Amino acid sequence: MKDFIIPDRDMGTPAVKSDVIVNLTVDGIPVSVPAGTSVMRAAAVAGISVPKLCATDHLTAFGSCRLCVVQIDGMRGTPASCTTPVGEGMVVHTQTDEIAQIRKGVMELYISDHPLDCLTCAANGDCELQDMAGAVGLREVRYEPGQNHFARRDAEGPNPEWRPKDQSNPYFTFDPAKCIVCNRCVRACEEVQGTFALTIESRGFDSRVSAGMASDSFLSSDCVSCGACVQVCPTATLIENKVIEIGTPEHVVKTTCAYCGVGCSFDVHMRGEEVVRMVPSKEGKANHGHSCVKGRFAWGYATHKERKLEPMIREKITDPWRVVSWDEALDFATGRLRAAQADHGVNSIGVITSSRCTNEETYLVQKLARAVFRNNNTDTCARVCHSPTGYGLKTAFGTSAGTHDFDSVDETDLALVIGCNPTDAHPVFGSRMRKRLREGASLIVIDPREIDLLKTPHMGQGLHLPLRPGTNVAVVTALAHVIVAERLYDEAFIRERCDWDEFLDYAEFVLDPKHAPEEVEKLSKVPAELIRQAARAYARAPRASIYYGLGVTEHSQGSTTVMAIANLAMMCGNIGKPGTGVNPLRGQNNVQGSCDMGSFPNEYPGYRHVSDPETRAIYERAWGVELSPEPGLRIPNMFDEALAGRFRGLYCQGEDIVQSDPDTRHVTSALSAMDIVIVHDLFLNETSNYAHVFLPGSSFLEKDGTFTNAERRINLVNRAMTPKNGYEDWEITQMLANRMGGNWTYTHPREIMAEIALTTPSFAGVSFELLEREGSVQWPCNEAAPLGTPVMHIDGFVRGKGKFIHTEYVATEERTGARFPLLLTTGRILSQYNVGAQTRRTDNVAWHPEDILEIHPSDAENRGVREGDWVRVASRSGDTTLRAHITDRVAPGVVYTTFHHPTTQANVVTTDNSDWATNCPEFKVTAVQVSPSNGPSDWQEEYQAHSELSRRILPTAAE
Amino acid sequence: MTSPASDADFLLRLDAIIAAHAGREGPLLPILHDIQAEWGYVPEEAQPVIAGALGMTRAEVYGVVSFYHDFRDHPSGRHVLRLCRAEACQSMGADELADRVRAALGIDFHQTTPDGRLTLEPVFCLGLCACGPSAQMGERLLGRATVEKVQRLVAEAGMGAGA
Repeated sequence: MKDFIIPDRDMGTPAVKSDVIVNLTVDGIPVSVPAGTSVMRAAAVAGISVPKLCATDHLTAFGSCRLCVVQIDGMRGTPASCTTPVGEGMVVHTQTDEIAQIRKGVMELYISDHPLDCLTCAANGDCELQDMAGAVGLREVRYEPGQNHFARRDAEGPNPEWRPKDQSNPYFTFDPAKCIVCNRCVRACEEVQGTFALTIESRGFDSRVSAGMASDSFLSSDCVSCGACVQVCPTATLIENKVIEIGTPEHVVKTTCAYCGVGCSFDVHMRGEEVVRMVPSKEGKANHGHSCVKGRFAWGYATHKERKLEPMIREKITDPWRVVSWDEALDFATGRLRAAQADHGVNSIGVITSSRCTNEETYLVQKLARAVFRNNNTDTCARVCHSPTGYGLKTAFGTSAGTHDFDSVDETDLALVIGCNPTDAHPVFGSRMRKRLREGASLIVIDPREIDLLKTPHMGQGLHLPLRPGTNVAVVTALAHVIVAERLYDEAFIRERCDWDEFLDYAEFVLDPKHAPEEVEKLSKVPAELIRQAARAYARAPRASIYYGLGVTEHSQGSTTVMAIANLAMMCGNIGKPGTGVNPLRGQNNVQGSCDMGSFPNEYPGYRHVSDPETRAIYERAWGVELSPEPGLRIPNMFDEALAGRFRGLYCQGEDIVQSDPDTRHVTSALSAMDIVIVHDLFLNETSNYAHVFLPGSSFLEKDGTFTNAERRINLVNRAMTPKNGYEDWEITQMLANRMGGNWTYTHPREIMAEIALTTPSFAGVSFELLEREGSVQWPCNEAAPLGTPVMHIDGFVRGKGKFIHTEYVATEERTGARFPLLLTTGRILSQYNVGAQTRRTDNVAWHPEDILEIHPSDAENRGVREGDWVRVASRSGDTTLRAHITDRVAPGVVYTTFHHPTTQANVVTTDNSDWATNCPEFKVTAVQVSPSNGPSDWQEEYQAHSELSRRILPTAAE
Repeated sequence: MTSPASDADFLLRLDAIIAAHAGREGPLLPILHDIQAEWGYVPEEAQPVIAGALGMTRAEVYGVVSFYHDFRDHPSGRHVLRLCRAEACQSMGADELADRVRAALGIDFHQTTPDGRLTLEPVFCLGLCACGPSAQMGERLLGRATVEKVQRLVAEAGMGAGA
């Protein structure tokens, strides 16, 4: 669906919240606005545009350009409307002869130092300086040519004031010749992004925007390429390279980013069927007009030359691929799936849904397993990330989701961040949290690494508890110990909202001396005093929130830590009011949605157990088939069963299990043992090296549907261009299902959502019409909450009373010893995303061309490892090699790496240990040894060879 | 010129300067003054270290350093001669004086004599408007400056410049 809408009007200054309403007139038009609003914004509300250059509603008013001056009855002079707050009864004139003179004079000065190359300028038609020259009626510039910043040379030789373009950033260009020094970029970097990478160097005529210091370029500076500066630049000084290359866009399609779980809303600026740029939407309720380098710029993978657009098949995984028609590919696939079921039983095949695909697509894939394969063998990549969140929060509160919306962080007094790294993995939310920290909120970080959040410019001192990987439960329980021992808990809340006796029982449990900080210090290496300080700060803050990520869940005790976190929030009354809560930061764009949509082998959509006869009856009626009451196989069980010869076929949509799942060798041998592996993806990924059928997928730019972000917000995804592979992904699943007798007749994802709403109580009120009208809604959305639920558990927990659960610390089986003395933990970096299938195919590699092992200086010295050396990382499971970076961000005894690059294959090293409740793999703790190395390991070379062999494609016959 | 940042004790001396101003309100300018006193200019390598210590970024520190003309980004000559270029002195012939001094010394503004002894800098107002044009040699102020008086000052400073 294409939206031919003009991008939002810029109101000049940000909206202000106030209960007091002020009435004034602007150019004779009466207008009422909240107290504290600027005169400029009030005028905009009245429909009047005051000329401006340095003001934008993304940023607080600055008052430097002097173009927005107005006259106000009873006030002297000509105040700047952007910095003047409204007053009751104010009479404002935005156009008088005197103002017109001033504005012309100001514009004349600006234009006297600006190249007048509008016709060939990349911002032609989209330039505020150009617009303002028109608005003020500038007709001549009386200044003689003289000293300036824009002419490369004059009659006498090179112009010493001229500076060349900075093209170091792969996505945008900085051309100082066009800069009017309005400061917008510097302010955006500070206020919106919170990186403070830009400044104005020098002063007066010599003032220039500078990224970093004198010797820095944009790329070498602290710049994280979020694009905020480019977005607010009024001229072509900071502009997307794509706009320079293509020209101005002609229409806009609204959609949702397909990277992380923040779920930013974007305006896709299109020219025909070509994307010119992606610009974050101001009305996006998750991102409020901000973006990160991935969503803003790293979408080029959709048209990357390595993307496969035609179906392919092969008899054996050692054969080269053969490009075939859709019919032939689907016939081949269904033939083998049916054969597997005929020979090995109905339970011998299954599906894996993707957290990258839409809700509607995920719903269809699990429906394929349940209604067409007639088993419950469906699982999803959330198994390997946030399944403990689902389990833990459902047990404690009654719902498998975070409790609050992102906006809630604006009201928090203390953020307790556990095992997540928002500025890298959830950058837009990270920026919002940094803003709150700059406003004075406190920060406690429980993480083995000193994450960047702790180095937030202009915040107070954060508290860092650098625990040993694998000791989360012990540390969080120790926090509870301190809170109970010092009676810092919220008795009134517990009595009202939880079971008091249950709490007393839990209190007795945590008071056991083995949970005391001094005892926990011995195993976690976190000084007892820090644990006490953190516990007191969390309990005493009026509104304290908890944000956590995969550093909590991807452990053998992932579910236990989630419950320990829930206990902590409940005992301090930090649930149900803004600024508090338990908020998992979801890794992928639709990991929440893929869980909601019944991807798990034991649950129908809406987290209802497959053995529940009532729910089963709903689906049997809707789908017209008899459904199995037996839970199906989880991903690790599928692999085990495959090795036992009982699981023979897999349809894997949009997930690269070979790279993203632990213990790579186990995964590849399981896949090698199957008769039919169908990979449905954009690229030949690592999993496709073991596949028999490749179905080309569609990118998020090519499909309609919805994604659900970490705050349960259902956002629309709108098709911006025709799928290059011919079909949207849901259509491909439907074709596969229909070939196996599915008899599905969906013509648009809105029909699939209608079926979801009809069969799932928490989605009962959701429809595409509602989403188109409201922009987005947060589930539960039903009769009780027709516009959704931003904050859950306000008056009571979904399960009734909040449940305190004992959280006994059990050390992971993964222990260090003489052979493997270090603990490896893994994570993400800002510029790359997950297995990197997309970001590695963009210019984001400028920032992170390879995975690096972070190692503490003392550990490096003991092993004779120097900065940049190749090192071998070996565990009980396998080994790989990569380069070392020596840093004290990690504690002695701990090493850290990312898993973005298949040549590194960090997961060759990780083990098959997993969460006791949900089988979520223990990615975050692996005992390893690190030693100097000469280059790639045997495994890497073997794998590379297999990879090259298995990606051969037979040339198609000449036609 | 080798950067002092390559000296073994650079970070120690820098940390000592930063520590001396710890806890003070608005510590950045005093720190920069001490650094310039220590090394004769503000080495770029010092800027990220200051930023880290003060919870700022290196861009911000650079913004401040570059805002003030008196913070130098490279060392000056042993002596600095400043000529006032502001309006009151201009009306008393400061421009002509500047031309003559530049010719006499054989260097332009912001330049240092080849022997590294003297750097010539413009300055905007020394507060001596009543007796312009004015100049400053080190700590010493000079009113009703002429090229001869300036040359004498330079000579007294042991320069022999212009000769």
